Amino acid sequence: MRRLLFASLAFSLTATAVLAQAVPGGKLNLIVQPEPPSVMIGITTNAPALLVGGNIYESLLRYDENLKPMPSLAKSWTISDDGLSYTFVLQDGVKWHDGKPLTSADVLFSVNDFLMKMQPRHRNLMTHVESVSAPDDKTVVFKLKEPFEAFIRGLSFYTMPILPKHIYEGTEYATNPANDKPIGTGPFKFDEWKRGSYIHLVKNPDYYLKGKPYLDELYYQVIPDGASRSVAFETGKIDVVPGGSVENFDIPRLRDLPNTCSTEKGWEYFAPLSWLWLNNRKPPMDNVKFRQAVMYALDREFAKDVLWNGYGKVATGPLSSKLPFYKNVAPTYAHDPAKAKALLKEIGYDGKPLKLLPLPYGETWQRWAEAVKQNLGDAGIPVEIEATDVAGWNQRTSNWDYDIAFTYLYQNGDPAIGVDRNYKTSQIAKGNPFNNVEGYSNPTLDTLFDQAAVAYPAAKRQELYDQAQKKLQEDVPVAWLLELGFPTIYNCKVQDLVTTASGLPESMRDAWIKK
Amino acid sequence: MKDFWKRFSQNRGAVIGLCVLLLVVILSIVAPFIYTKSPWAMVQRPFIPPFTMDAFLLGTDPMGRDLAAGLAHGARVSLLVGLVSTLVSLIIGIPIGAAAGYFGGWVDDLLMRFTEFFQSVPSFALAVVLVAIFQPNITSIIVSIAVVSWPPVARLLRGEVMSLRSREFVEAAVLSGQTHLTIIWRQILPNTLSPIIVLASMMVAAAILIESSLSFLGLGDRNVMSWGYIIGAGRTVIRQAWWVSFFPGLAILLTVLALNLVGEGLNDALNPRLARKGR
Repeated sequence: MRRLLFASLAFSLTATAVLAQAVPGGKLNLIVQPEPPSVMIGITTNAPALLVGGNIYESLLRYDENLKPMPSLAKSWTISDDGLSYTFVLQDGVKWHDGKPLTSADVLFSVNDFLMKMQPRHRNLMTHVESVSAPDDKTVVFKLKEPFEAFIRGLSFYTMPILPKHIYEGTEYATNPANDKPIGTGPFKFDEWKRGSYIHLVKNPDYYLKGKPYLDELYYQVIPDGASRSVAFETGKIDVVPGGSVENFDIPRLRDLPNTCSTEKGWEYFAPLSWLWLNNRKPPMDNVKFRQAVMYALDREFAKDVLWNGYGKVATGPLSSKLPFYKNVAPTYAHDPAKAKALLKEIGYDGKPLKLLPLPYGETWQRWAEAVKQNLGDAGIPVEIEATDVAGWNQRTSNWDYDIAFTYLYQNGDPAIGVDRNYKTSQIAKGNPFNNVEGYSNPTLDTLFDQAAVAYPAAKRQELYDQAQKKLQEDVPVAWLLELGFPTIYNCKVQDLVTTASGLPESMRDAWIKK
Repeated sequence: MKDFWKRFSQNRGAVIGLCVLLLVVILSIVAPFIYTKSPWAMVQRPFIPPFTMDAFLLGTDPMGRDLAAGLAHGARVSLLVGLVSTLVSLIIGIPIGAAAGYFGGWVDDLLMRFTEFFQSVPSFALAVVLVAIFQPNITSIIVSIAVVSWPPVARLLRGEVMSLRSREFVEAAVLSGQTHLTIIWRQILPNTLSPIIVLASMMVAAAILIESSLSFLGLGDRNVMSWGYIIGAGRTVIRQAWWVSFFPGLAILLTVLALNLVGEGLNDALNPRLARKGR
């Protein structure tokens, strides 16, 4: 049997090798959910806007699934030995969709002017930058104030799209008419947007990579109703269902359809991680043993297998395993109700009921709250689930008005960008549901995180992050749940659909349809 | 009493309804004894079809919870909500209806305009709004159902009281110097009891339906297993696991039908002159 398996595997490998000759032509129908307000990703950066806009605009770099930088608009780059100077050389023959050539002036304009005004995320990154200059038409140099190793992972289309200077300079950026008919350098050009119906992109024939893109047309269909989205895929109206655009409970059914493929790849850059905020300010959550007991009480394998259809991964600690500097360090917490009970007994927990605030994002999260309630109840922590809506959830968590609350956040390519914000003392501030909401404060850890952010080179950072992960996993400021998996479901005829760490928004230039 | 039972039992539907109802009541009483674990406990693998495992006769839901346990515990919740909310709406509706019918004049006008105000809003929509405002929990659900269901009680009672108000025994009571309160309480209300009992049995059925609909919409108490909740949670997997929504649906159907049949039987038994012939 095993030999047969190997034989067939070998056969299928050679078969793909033979078939993997990309052929041009064809169109692809995708779902965009919900309909974005705009696809000008210099201004609007929510997921659906990126999904479409990522084909129109490009940035200096792309990232592979291990977040290693790959050329995009920059064909090569060098980093000085002290980690303070980054030099990028632009590709030859890149043209904007209106025919004008791309030069280093466009990059300077985007980085120093447009994005500084329009994007807080970019401003945060630029706090580490001393100056940006362009010695010639093809070269851009970033000088940093201090070594910031994460910088090389902050140049994606999501954080730093390059925008056309000749269209935006001297105009009101937010109201420029070009926002509705975006001009980029990307593999696809904007053609038409029928609001409430579809967004149509067409191939950019002058794309600087000869032969690419392969596809002629992309249709991003707007289908507001969840059940209808599933049906649209079942009937073949849709070829690609991006991760997160159908309900979890529909996924097994769609995945099991004939001629249907699915992949979890393409989320490495965002690396969504879910956890329970434990309000460290209130007893009994202020007791580290209680928080450890919560970790032992949770059956996270169950949540993964039953609620998330087996997608994703049980989190070991504060970093997603997809992130650089992740390490599986001790202690980790397997499902062990007996240990949880012992810990609770040790601290003399009084059994006072706690309130659990679920994430109001639909059925899966509701069921998950029920499972957590049951897990904690079995360990002897009575829990009541509260009812909430999105506004209520935001308000309650950002004002610290909760006992235990669900959340999940993107980690954005580096712990210095997407992780330490949730644990540093300086990040404790009311009014923001994405910072240190749990109120954990540990000076040792603050120092570790601060040093790790500016340590250079990467090996030094690794050492510091190892310590930080260990410390956090001992202290359990929040109860980590799962690295969420949002599978992309697609018709198997589509090849090379996901080729970067950001997935669909960036990969359409490589995708092609098997004839 | 013997007469009452005789007349009641002439309505065969009512007897069947009563049996079903008794069964549900018994189920809700013994639920904690046969299903000692919480109905939320995840006891087996998910999606076990019904009638395949003896221990889980009705199968399990998408999270591996025992559906039979959920149904049994849900019966308690549904009956509790039905009875208590009906009681509360009687407590609101009876004094308003009695006062309006007894005193007449501007009191009647005032109270009836007030009642009509509630009647003019679709009751389920009002219940949804109330529950959403007060945060869904079992108390707010009971209160909301009561608030939307009392107007018919008030109107019914007003009519009954008005017709009794001019009867000779009431006038005799007035002449004998009894206070208004005593007259209403001692002379009039006992005579309105039978239509109220009939109405109340129907209201219990309606309350169970409203609670189920609220839970189905996700506006139920998150910590209480009710039939509507099971249907709502099962709705998303109806193509993979029909039984999750089917059995609680059947339970609601049977209970509500039983209550209506019993109500009809009570009507026959309590108003012998109005009883339809030919049964």
